[in-house]
Amino acid sequence: MIRNVVPLTERELSASFLSPIAYIVATVFVVASGHFFLAETLVPGRESSLRALFDSMAALLVFALPLLTMRVLSEEFAAGTIETLMTAPVTDVEVIVSKFLGVLLFYAALLATTLLHVGLLGYFGGLDTGALLLGYLGMFLLGSMFIAVGVFASALTRYQLLAALIGMGALSLLTFVADQLGRWRGGAWRTVLGALNVLGRFEEFTKGFFDTGAIVYFLSGTAFFLFLAVKVLESRRWR
Amino acid sequence: MSTAMIQVQNLTKDYGERRAVDGISFTIHEGEIVGFLGPNGAGKTTTLRILTCYMPATSGTATVGGFDVFTQSLQVRRIIGYLPENVPLYQQMRVNEYLSFRGKLHGLDAAARAAAVRRVTETCWLGEFIGRPIHQLSKGMRQRVGLADALLHDPKVLILDEPTIGLDPTQIRETRLLIRELARRHTVLLSSHILPEVEATCQRTLIIAGGRIVASGSPEELKERIRGGSRLIAEIAGPGSEVTQAVQGVAGVRSVEASSSDGWNRLKIETTRGQDPREAIFRLAAQRNWLLREMRLESGSLEEFFVQITAQQAERNRGDGPAGTRPILPQVEGQEAPR
Repeated sequence: MIRNVVPLTERELSASFLSPIAYIVATVFVVASGHFFLAETLVPGRESSLRALFDSMAALLVFALPLLTMRVLSEEFAAGTIETLMTAPVTDVEVIVSKFLGVLLFYAALLATTLLHVGLLGYFGGLDTGALLLGYLGMFLLGSMFIAVGVFASALTRYQLLAALIGMGALSLLTFVADQLGRWRGGAWRTVLGALNVLGRFEEFTKGFFDTGAIVYFLSGTAFFLFLAVKVLESRRWR
Repeated sequence: MSTAMIQVQNLTKDYGERRAVDGISFTIHEGEIVGFLGPNGAGKTTTLRILTCYMPATSGTATVGGFDVFTQSLQVRRIIGYLPENVPLYQQMRVNEYLSFRGKLHGLDAAARAAAVRRVTETCWLGEFIGRPIHQLSKGMRQRVGLADALLHDPKVLILDEPTIGLDPTQIRETRLLIRELARRHTVLLSSHILPEVEATCQRTLIIAGGRIVASGSPEELKERIRGGSRLIAEIAGPGSEVTQAVQGVAGVRSVEASSSDGWNRLKIETTRGQDPREAIFRLAAQRNWLLREMRLESGSLEEFFVQITAQQAERNRGDGPAGTRPILPQVEGQEAPR
């Protein structure tokens, strides 16, 4: 059932490393994380943690990750390679999971570049290993849910730009919009919007809380959007 | 008769309002090379896409190697090699990387993969550009990479959509040779809108027009059926009207069309099906003391036949009258008449 995930993920990952847009995103990610680190953390008197960096990067991911995922299915639709892919003995689940994993691994590599900042923190100040690990766990889970949303968006259209816009729109709704509306509205609205607000959940991690609820939230969010992507891919056969 | 490899029954595919494939049925046996011939937009690619599990049919059933294309799609996809029409390939990959990747999808282990890539490199003449990135390749080279991909896992059934499109004449000849060679070990279904292609490669032809199979048989059989019989060309010296009338009277002659110059009458004689009036015409000429300087049997070209029936089909589709419900030619092999 998942035999083909390895070769498919390998191809996906190498396609990421061969795509110019991935390098642009990687550059922006590295420059931005360096900037946030220098401006907000590596300042005398600030706490020795990556919390500020992670919180700023999380907002950046709303725009960065859809640019990495827009390619995954839209490109196959536009180039027609979806036909050779889907007539090979692979299942829809294998295809979606591999697309997801390919981008997730690329994102993990980007995330690993911030280990440089960890090194600097360790050199100039003390390290709270537990909080740091939780921060990375949060970034990883947040990224995986965002990538799942992006893969779903890419399954909807053959136009990469449109896929990116759908992804950014959906992620904005789950983050900034839910956050703002939550501030204005009270009562039940606030509760619902609070539950939807992905960034709120994410901040549990950077604050240093180990919240199993938040872990379940991100994992099920990821699974939900991947499931939707599989359904969209299946439904294309009927069109 | 050997076992059926591809079986299609009453297959129909609608794209919204438009019916692309209209209740077609056919059977292809193991080891056959069958050509799917039809003008652009006749429903060839749609049918092949249903057979390769790329899209489901609206109604009807199809099996490949005994597996249902809808319910046993993975089993079907394991035994077919498919070359889609415009040969979509991953542009950034190198040829050998691509083939190796496709080999993994077919579950070949490292050793089997290396052997398979070596084999298709040879059969599809990929040697010179095996290490080149695909985006640098010409259309003809990409066509060969696509064919190599289709052959990689040594599939029982090869489904090739317009396999020689975009190739130069030498490559076309080589590809046809290759396909004929492949048919020894594989069952081949190929589509084309070019007649000589099918005539040169296939043992049997299915002619599809307007989503329906309008004729099927070997190229020879199809030729035979043109106008019900064949045509004789004869040149006889003699008084024009008398010659024409006398020939008209010969048994087996359906109609005569004459033109004359310098006292020679050039006769185009349509014969009744299954009859050969050549000897009788010779005797007639000898008896009347007319000179006979040429007489040959001309079986109509498949091309003519193709144009004729596809034009008829187009006519029917326009009229959409009761005539459209009748097959143009008797079907062979007990096929159901198109609805």
